[in-house]
Amino acid sequence: MSANPAAANNTGAEVFLLRLYVAGQTPKSLIAFANLKKICEEHLAGRYQLEVVDLLEKPQLAQGDQILAIPTLVRKLPEPVRKIIGDLSDTERVLIGLDLRPQK
Amino acid sequence: MSRPKQNPRTQLPKVPTGIQGLDEITGGGLPQGRPTLVCGGAGCGKTLLAMEFLVRGAIEFDEPGVFMAFEENVQDLTQNVASLGFDLKDLIERKKLVLDFVYIERSEIEETGEYDLEGLFIRLAYAIDKIGAKRVVLDTIESLFAGLPNPLILRAELRRLFRWLKEKGVTAIITGERGEETLTRQGLEEYVSDCVIMLDHRVNEQVSSRRLRVVKYRGSTHGTNEYPFLIDESGFSVLPVTSLGLLQSASRDRIATGVAALDAMLGGSGYYLGSSVLVSGTAGTGKSSLAAHFVEAACRRGERAIYFAFEESSNQIMRNMRSIGIDLQPWVDKGLLQFQANRPTLFGLEMHLATMHKAVKDFKPQVVVVDPLNSFVIGGNESEVKTMLMRLVDFLKMNQVTAFFTNLTSGGDVLEKTDVSISSLIDTWLLLRDIEIGGERNRGIYVLKSRGMAHSNQIREFLLTDHGVELRDVYVGPGGVLTGSARLAQEAQENAAQTARKQEMEYRKFELERKRKALEVQIAAMRAEFEILEAETLKIVGQEQARETQLSQERVDMGVSRKANIAARPARSKGGAK
Repeated sequence: MSANPAAANNTGAEVFLLRLYVAGQTPKSLIAFANLKKICEEHLAGRYQLEVVDLLEKPQLAQGDQILAIPTLVRKLPEPVRKIIGDLSDTERVLIGLDLRPQK
Repeated sequence: MSRPKQNPRTQLPKVPTGIQGLDEITGGGLPQGRPTLVCGGAGCGKTLLAMEFLVRGAIEFDEPGVFMAFEENVQDLTQNVASLGFDLKDLIERKKLVLDFVYIERSEIEETGEYDLEGLFIRLAYAIDKIGAKRVVLDTIESLFAGLPNPLILRAELRRLFRWLKEKGVTAIITGERGEETLTRQGLEEYVSDCVIMLDHRVNEQVSSRRLRVVKYRGSTHGTNEYPFLIDESGFSVLPVTSLGLLQSASRDRIATGVAALDAMLGGSGYYLGSSVLVSGTAGTGKSSLAAHFVEAACRRGERAIYFAFEESSNQIMRNMRSIGIDLQPWVDKGLLQFQANRPTLFGLEMHLATMHKAVKDFKPQVVVVDPLNSFVIGGNESEVKTMLMRLVDFLKMNQVTAFFTNLTSGGDVLEKTDVSISSLIDTWLLLRDIEIGGERNRGIYVLKSRGMAHSNQIREFLLTDHGVELRDVYVGPGGVLTGSARLAQEAQENAAQTARKQEMEYRKFELERKRKALEVQIAAMRAEFEILEAETLKIVGQEQARETQLSQERVDMGVSRKANIAARPARSKGGAK
């Protein structure tokens, strides 16, 4: 009985700081953004911040977060930093990447 | 167009790398505005080659560069190349160089669908545009395959990347690890097909050597051999084997050997300037002594000399040479003579060659001694030693340096053979040999060959005296060549014979003189006799004439007295009267 509130407390206290790197309004970027939005609303409602960075406008930011692949979703918080690449269409893997599902 | 080799339009535009030797092999550098693949095993110098390409470009050709590292971070990279004299920090501050470390950790990355490498493109483009880079290095881009999932996407993206680099017009070096059967593990050669350079690092008999080969260079001629290269404190340098052809100028000037009698054997004036001289012989025949003579003579003329010793230390050489009256110390003190004493096993052949190159370039000697050559032969590397020596000979000839090599022939070997079979590279070959006769071992010297000069065909006895090397004529008799005390005996014998002959001659001269005198006496006697005869004869003739005159006078007188025809001429009247 004591484990449950603790776990809830744990996840509840954490704010997810997410940053999605894209390069222009490409179909892949749009799909990724839509997928991300959906997942966040379903699993992180009210406790996430989402920032979209367009590298075509701010190329200098690519080096800082070690961005190679586009689109890349970076979980800045909670630590450790995680990276998820691709258009986020595989919801299951996105949840694993964000540490919202225990890995099997 | 009639001479396409000299027409630059038929060749690709090239970008000089600034790396010593590489531009010679590639005929001017890497293809401009195209990617070049540099592949090789671990630790063979790919990163360094690439980095030097950028650094030289930035410093010497004013072409800024971007180094994108996938394996080493910026700090490690800066430290690693600092040992080669590259100050990356300074170049970065002066906006000549951008270092970008791409960090990929597979475990931190989750793939959730389709992706592309646009981020990499943007980063690269940003770095290139920031400093106006003309050169780009991607080291080692294959790391992407380990770091990112879905190789199919990666391959497509790499193909796009190389195309994009070409469109950007940057000259790029892509490095890749050598694969099992392919040039690179991921088959990058499939995408980068303009120029492929392979580096190799092999160890033979505990001595390592590095090689470079231009596997492919589309649209350009290039040297196809494996060229040794080395990495030292001044960076990367490739040593082209004699690919450059035989273009050395041949001097007609001569250079004294330091031994007057040897000069005489070589057409009277010694070696040709800038030629290569080999002295071979068995142990203890005086090879180093000849070398010391040569060096000393050069220093005496005010020339510079380098003595590369591979078996003795400089002190030992100087002490030993002092025993035959050659003092090299003053020349060392004056800075005309430099000793470079190293063990051959200190490092590989290429490194030896490079240190020699460097020493010659720095010291600018007119004379170089390498003593001995065959100490380089370790195990079965004769052919490598030969190519190294060929390069050394060529290099020295190019610089008009007269080279003096010694070679130790081991006891049972054929004398007219060197361990490293470089005889064909040698212009003047002197052979020192032991002559064992009459319980003695003496030294003989002869000129086996000397290109371009009328040289002696004589074997001379070679003496090491306390005032240096002396050459003596030897005697060739039915029992072979006479040397040492046998020669002395022969000389004594010859002297005695000569004295006897001389005495005989004196005697004959004297005899002749005596005969002449006897003859002269005889002639004088005969002449006296003749003179008496002559005098008597004249006297008789005179008397006869007187009597005849008197007779005719008497007739005239008689006519007068008889009152004969007075008018008649007295001479005719005589006949008429009868």
